[in-house]
Amino acid sequence: MTILVIAEHSNDHLSDATAKTVSAATKIGGDIHVLVAGSGASAVAGQAAKIAGVAKVLHADDDHYAKQLAEPMAELILSLAGDYDVLMAPAGTDGKNYMPRVAAKLDVMQISDIIAVESADTFQRPIYAGNAIATVQSSDAKKVITVRGTAFEAPAMDGSASVETIGAADFPSISEFVKEELTKSDRPELQGAKIVISGGRALASGENFEKYIYPVADKLGAAVGASRAAVDAGYVPNDMQVGQTGKVVAPELYIAVGISGAIQHLAGMKDSKVIVAINKDEEAPIFQVADYGLVADLFEAMPELEKAL
Amino acid sequence: MKVLVPVKRVIDYNVKVRVKPDQSDVDLANVKMSMNPFDEIAVEEAVRMKEAGTVEEVIAVSIGPEKAQDQLRQALAMGADRAILIETTETVEPLSVAKLLAKVCEEENPDLVVMGKQAIDDDCNQTGQMLAALMGWPQGTFASAVTKEGDKLHVTREVDGGLQTIALTLPAVVTTDLRLNEPRYASLPNIMKAKKKPLDKKSPSDYGVEIIARLKTLKVTEPPKREAGIKVESVADLVEKLKNEAGVL
Ligand SMILES: Cc1cc2nc3c(=O)[nH]c(=O)nc-3n(C[C@H](O)[C@H](O)[C@H](O)COP(=O)(O)OP(=O)(O)OC[C@H]3O[C@@H](n4cnc5c(N)ncnc54)[C@H](O)[C@@H]3O)c2cc1C
Ligand SMILES: Nc1ncnc2c1ncn2[C@@H]1O[C@H](COP(=O)(O)O)[C@@H](O)[C@H]1O
Repeated sequence: MTILVIAEHSNDHLSDATAKTVSAATKIGGDIHVLVAGSGASAVAGQAAKIAGVAKVLHADDDHYAKQLAEPMAELILSLAGDYDVLMAPAGTDGKNYMPRVAAKLDVMQISDIIAVESADTFQRPIYAGNAIATVQSSDAKKVITVRGTAFEAPAMDGSASVETIGAADFPSISEFVKEELTKSDRPELQGAKIVISGGRALASGENFEKYIYPVADKLGAAVGASRAAVDAGYVPNDMQVGQTGKVVAPELYIAVGISGAIQHLAGMKDSKVIVAINKDEEAPIFQVADYGLVADLFEAMPELEKAL
Repeated sequence: MKVLVPVKRVIDYNVKVRVKPDQSDVDLANVKMSMNPFDEIAVEEAVRMKEAGTVEEVIAVSIGPEKAQDQLRQALAMGADRAILIETTETVEPLSVAKLLAKVCEEENPDLVVMGKQAIDDDCNQTGQMLAALMGWPQGTFASAVTKEGDKLHVTREVDGGLQTIALTLPAVVTTDLRLNEPRYASLPNIMKAKKKPLDKKSPSDYGVEIIARLKTLKVTEPPKREAGIKVESVADLVEKLKNEAGVL
């Protein structure tokens, strides 16, 4: 069995989810290679070489890979696919974008967002917003898989794989990068953070996130998330949405503030180790999954919490 | 331009599904079904393009049971011009859906396909990307804004780090994210009018696509259940518990 893991990165930093995807690959077993396709991304290739269990890193460097656009990425992965039995990527917005493109070209059904490996062809994945877990067996000769990072342990970073430079593949001239607006924050990344504090519709404004959520987050060294309602209302940017169709997090501690606990939100946080809910409605469904519930007005409780920490 | 909008009949997003006791599947008997929410957003976007004059015709297509007509009628009531139902009682995986949609694209030659990023039942998030691949078209996934700029389509995408805008040649596939628009409710007169709009019925074999499942579901189980914990009396109590009981602070 040979497995290719496609790295998720920002050209200078490899994502934690990539390392966790290697953990999932280790569970399948076999020779594991990592593909780093980027622009000026040799540091990333170096980081990938340190992931325990990786035998070789393939590094393709070209401007066309700078923004991970689906069309050139899929061409590159397809040019390598012949040598591999399994192609895997983290289920972030990059992997979700190019992997199904690869799968369709290989005439393979992608196995999306796996949370467990039962054997080389059998996997578990959540369906219906995580209200059910399906165990599925793939009959495809080649497997294309995306991996939910939060479901796998981070591997040790004591490896020393070789790094091999490879050439670029074709660049289809059908798509191009125009611009990006990346959210800048000094707080930890949502998906890697040990503590996440999320705000919901009850915050009522972006200013209130500044006033009531961020100070507590900073005291705790926590990442900040949000419900869909808070994002839709424009209080915070889209990349902070936690849930079925946003980001999935599983920190040591998740604090939900003024969030009702709709199934779509729970889908993104109910695997957190300890859940705290602060809500003024004692009937709010969030309390059904919370280890510690505080029935209170957040506008009073949050300043108190900030002081108590 | 001509736009194709695939819509899927799925469990209503308000319903919490239950797993069948024999673990063969979830129980969908007597459960409310609706149009996949992301597909409503797709229909809305196509209809708005038509209202803005960039699009002449909007065609809704669904692959599913006879009942999926309800969702197609809803798309028609929202403003789609005609509909195609590819009827089958089987579960059709995204790869087969993409193959059927590719055949429809070959027949209809749309300039654009707008569809949901994710069906809220299988949570696969792959059909649009697969269709784009099969057609050799570019893809703008997780769209929060779509504008026509000359002969290109600019798509702003919701990505993990924020927003990314790309330019695509046409034809292209766009998949919708939550912030693209807020779908309208169909008015009663429009619901009545929709009943008279054309709805073609086809079968997968009309398109020469054989529905073969590549993934076999061995079982469907309940996720580990979380027990509700305790209510704390005060912020001080909470901090004390998090420090000394849970050990997370
Ligand atoms: C297709 C689809 C996908 C979706 N994906 C997601 C997703 O990924 N993530 C997500 O989060 N949602 C998602 N949703 C939306 C979800 O269904 C809910 O609408 C949303 O999570 C509600 O957000 P909320 O809890 O902030 O708001 P509400 O449900 O309005 O809850 C606000 C809560 O705040 C409490 N409150 C009010 N004032 C105060 C106060 N002063 N102090 C304390 N508490 C107070 C109220 O009691 C209430 O419980 C999705 C929906 C659809 C249809
Ligand atoms: N059976 C179907 N009929 C029509 N459209 C579908 C069907 N299945 C999936 N789609 C489309 O593909 C999108 C993504 O679905 P999925 O890849 O299953 O998450 C949906 O939002 C629909 O737009």
